[in-house]
Amino acid sequence: MIAALGRIPAQGGQSPPGLLGYFSAHRTEVLHWLWWHAWLSVLPVLIGLVVSLPLGYLASRRRWAYPALVSVSGLLYTIPSLALFVAMPSILGTKILDPVNVVVALSIYTVALLARVVADGLGAVPEDVAQAATAMGYTPLQRLAKVDLPLAVPVITAGLRVAVVANVSLVAIAATIGVPELGQLFTNGFQLSSTGPYYPPIVLGIVLCVVLALVLDLVIVLVNRALTPWRRTEAHR
Amino acid sequence: MSNALTWLTDPVNWQDQLGTPGIPTQLGNHLAYSLAAVAIATVIAFPLGLLIGHTGRGTPVVTFANGLRALPTLGLLILLYVVVSPHISGRGDAPYLVPTEIVLVLLAIPPVLGNTCAGVQNVDPAVRDASVGMGMTGREVLFRVELPIALPLVLSGLRSAVLQVVATATVAAYVGLGGIGRYLYDGLAARDFAQMTGGAVLVAALALVLDGVLAGVQRYAVSPGVSGRFGTGPAQAGARVAEAAGKASVPA
Repeated sequence: MIAALGRIPAQGGQSPPGLLGYFSAHRTEVLHWLWWHAWLSVLPVLIGLVVSLPLGYLASRRRWAYPALVSVSGLLYTIPSLALFVAMPSILGTKILDPVNVVVALSIYTVALLARVVADGLGAVPEDVAQAATAMGYTPLQRLAKVDLPLAVPVITAGLRVAVVANVSLVAIAATIGVPELGQLFTNGFQLSSTGPYYPPIVLGIVLCVVLALVLDLVIVLVNRALTPWRRTEAHR
Repeated sequence: MSNALTWLTDPVNWQDQLGTPGIPTQLGNHLAYSLAAVAIATVIAFPLGLLIGHTGRGTPVVTFANGLRALPTLGLLILLYVVVSPHISGRGDAPYLVPTEIVLVLLAIPPVLGNTCAGVQNVDPAVRDASVGMGMTGREVLFRVELPIALPLVLSGLRSAVLQVVATATVAAYVGLGGIGRYLYDGLAARDFAQMTGGAVLVAALALVLDGVLAGVQRYAVSPGVSGRFGTGPAQAGARVAEAAGKASVPA
């Protein structure tokens, strides 16, 4: 498919190369953007997970905390990402181009999504399993670490997959305010197209974003498999 | 933040000046672009979702539409703009408006289509059998049984479509469209951070208000028997599950 796209005849510009031609001509910067894009997509998910675990635990244990968590995360989720990127400097005191804005904004989205997922996952542990663990002498903390959390892993990783794929698309939007990542391919393509359509950077950006999303998604699927070995034995039986 | 407040409360910014529309005009533009896109998408996706959900045929269409969500919004927006706008020689905003409307419609279709289809398909087969047993025709089963039960999911699909479109219409200001996104990008270009932050506050407020209005519609349009607002029983649990399923959408 990539080879076929590489043959798209480019119009405009001076002796324009195809998709692969464009890539080899700008290899260094494109790989640099890809690297940054991956980091800006993954780091907020890791931060979000670390924040979501205690929040989700609290919401699964305290009756009052769950509705509060659901409404607050719903509100945060409603705010358009560009607005959040732009509002961050006046909240954090950072510069407008600081990548920290993107990381914090996307971490907020991730927490809004994941805290609820963690609460649902921990809440879905069967009552008899929890009672069996208590009867075997697990303290509440031991039960959380050795029984509840492992059983909630498939639910949590499903939430992580949604978060990371969404982040790849959201990170690209930050390029319109000047943060360097794969979205720069779109803004560059837009500027180069002012005289006539020039597709290679735009199509390359879309292909790389989709590939990055698929790869990150696959990584989470593999981590999920590694963390839940009992599911594989069940499938073999 | 205080600068943004000064910008937001400055009466000059609320009036249309020569060549620079005021805040109410841009809010109106933003709302018009967004609602037009959601309306077109609903006209396409809602009947299609009902049809696919009811007949069970054509599910690959839903899978394909969901696959479209993996595409980066900004890339799609700029690609379509670059492809379409040279072919449009209209006056005024047409070269910006037509390609961005197409993208906004494309973005709004998957949540509406997917949720409508899933809502109809998730209806308990026993309920469907009972309605057929009572002598309802296929059309009656769809509109008098399946659609009312599917309504919470359909409406939450509509809600996520609206949010996605309002957010992306903001980004569309990058390629030259009007709306509140103008304040973000014009503010950035002029290093006017008060204007930028003020615009961000406006967009966030618009999204919150629209979502609140739709939440209200959802509350009153859904039959009490389905939402479980009155009485208790299995319907309540069903509504909660449906609501949870509808929430699994993606921000934009």
